[in-house]
Amino acid sequence: MSDIHRTIEAVWKIESTRLIAGIARVTRDIGIAEELAQDALVAALEQWPDQGVPEKPAAWLMTAAKRRALDSLRRVRMLEIKHGEIERELEFQQQRLGEAMDQALDQVIDDDVLRLIFTACHPVLAVEGRVALTLRLACGLTTAEIARAFLVPEKTLGQRIFRAKKTLSEAHIPFETPRGDELRKRVESVLSVVYLIFNEGYTATSGEEWMRAELCDEALRLARMLAELLPEESGVHGLQALMELQASRTAARRGSTGEAVLLSEQNRSLWDYAQIQRGMAALHRAQKLGGGAHSYALQASIAACHARAKTAAETDWERIVLLYDALLQVSPSPIVALNRAVAVGMASGPAYGPAAGLHALDAIAAEPALANYHLLPSVRGDLLVKLGRYGEAREELQRAIAMTENRREHELLSRKLEQIPRVRQDV
Amino acid sequence: MRFMMMVIPKGYEAAAPDAVPSAEAVAKMMEYNKSLQKAGVLLALDGLLPPSTGARVAYTDGKATVTDGPFAEAKEIIGGGYWIIQVRSREEAIEWAKRAPMSNHEMIEVRQIFETADFPADVQKAAEGFNDLANAAAGKA
Repeated sequence: MSDIHRTIEAVWKIESTRLIAGIARVTRDIGIAEELAQDALVAALEQWPDQGVPEKPAAWLMTAAKRRALDSLRRVRMLEIKHGEIERELEFQQQRLGEAMDQALDQVIDDDVLRLIFTACHPVLAVEGRVALTLRLACGLTTAEIARAFLVPEKTLGQRIFRAKKTLSEAHIPFETPRGDELRKRVESVLSVVYLIFNEGYTATSGEEWMRAELCDEALRLARMLAELLPEESGVHGLQALMELQASRTAARRGSTGEAVLLSEQNRSLWDYAQIQRGMAALHRAQKLGGGAHSYALQASIAACHARAKTAAETDWERIVLLYDALLQVSPSPIVALNRAVAVGMASGPAYGPAAGLHALDAIAAEPALANYHLLPSVRGDLLVKLGRYGEAREELQRAIAMTENRREHELLSRKLEQIPRVRQDV
Repeated sequence: MRFMMMVIPKGYEAAAPDAVPSAEAVAKMMEYNKSLQKAGVLLALDGLLPPSTGARVAYTDGKATVTDGPFAEAKEIIGGGYWIIQVRSREEAIEWAKRAPMSNHEMIEVRQIFETADFPADVQKAAEGFNDLANAAAGKA
């Protein structure tokens, strides 16, 4: 790619969201808005290499989009309206569209961007459609980039975006910011899309690593954008906090040969403490807005307990147990219960410790959702080791190994198995 | 990728130590800062006092020479500071720099912040402890 093309791409990444949002205010259809914006990009790719990048690239792109909109209006009308009636009708429509576009050109308001994100994350769409549209419209990623990040063929991803736009259009989804009770629900939908994008990158165990890491950055950027657009929504700050705190550990999560490094064994000097501070600040905002008990904020609080501990041994496990208790109240799940059992096993105090952890595990062992989940026997194995019941621990870890197909997990569990003392002192 | 955008003092070296930019200039700058934040790219920023309050330490043959500000002839008096932004390419950082409301003769230098993970293993080894230092500064203690 030449320098000018890289520059155009950069301008596009910066401007496309506001451009599409501004056009959509006029067209009321984000699919059409995106096509017009794409046309403007094509015009830029044709003209900028010769003419240079204009001084006000955003205004240039908007003007180009306007020209295309007027062109297509003329074409459509030519077909639809009988000759004779055309002239005045067409003139009137063109003038109205032109004025509306000029207005959009003058000032893309934050609400346009917000409307764009709400529409891209509309519940009428399948979740994968929401994710693809959001990355495309709100992050300015190309279809090829999104396809690469999600390890699907470009064609599949293109169809996914096409279908999503068609669904929005056919369902006549209005281009608007929801209000009242609806707002809360729709914010949740947006947040879940953002967190899904983050997790796709964060839990990646395969694929082009750099692109996957980039998904985390995109999700964080979206969260920071949303924190500006919806400053009163505590859930947004809670999610930002959670992702900042999790992402702060990125450099420590992989060993020199790419192996996964467990939280307790991570080199904490590799954590990004500037990012931790951003996470803590976002968590504080969420709590101040009364959103401390929201699921994301609670998970962020748990991550914050780890972030505050200078060594793994200094972790405040008692507090973590309480936070998991609260999390179980707002979003009960067997996985949360499993994590709580781990925390109980790590915590000290009369009601805590390995035996109590094992007890907590027994209470959820029959959960169908955990039936084939390797972490259940893996956690049980850890607790049994601590209790000195090595024979049983070995059986549990072997069971866990048999349950996972992930190579990295396999390695990790095998290492644990080898570390179990060979002495016979099973209780 | 993280970049630092530094305002290089080219015109305001001789500004009086108590010189402050006009309300209008600050308002424009705030609007720009806000646009960085709304785009989700802003990580940190600070404004700096005029260089006349500062000093330059230059090194020749292992010897440090100190020059107190002001450093040179000057025309304008405003500005000074830096931003740290997270973007997807060097070009994107440059595009953001181009949008800054700078006055005549001012200059922004755009530099990528290195990540220790980018270095080969031996350099990483030599840089061991770097993160500790950075983290202590960021308030781990």
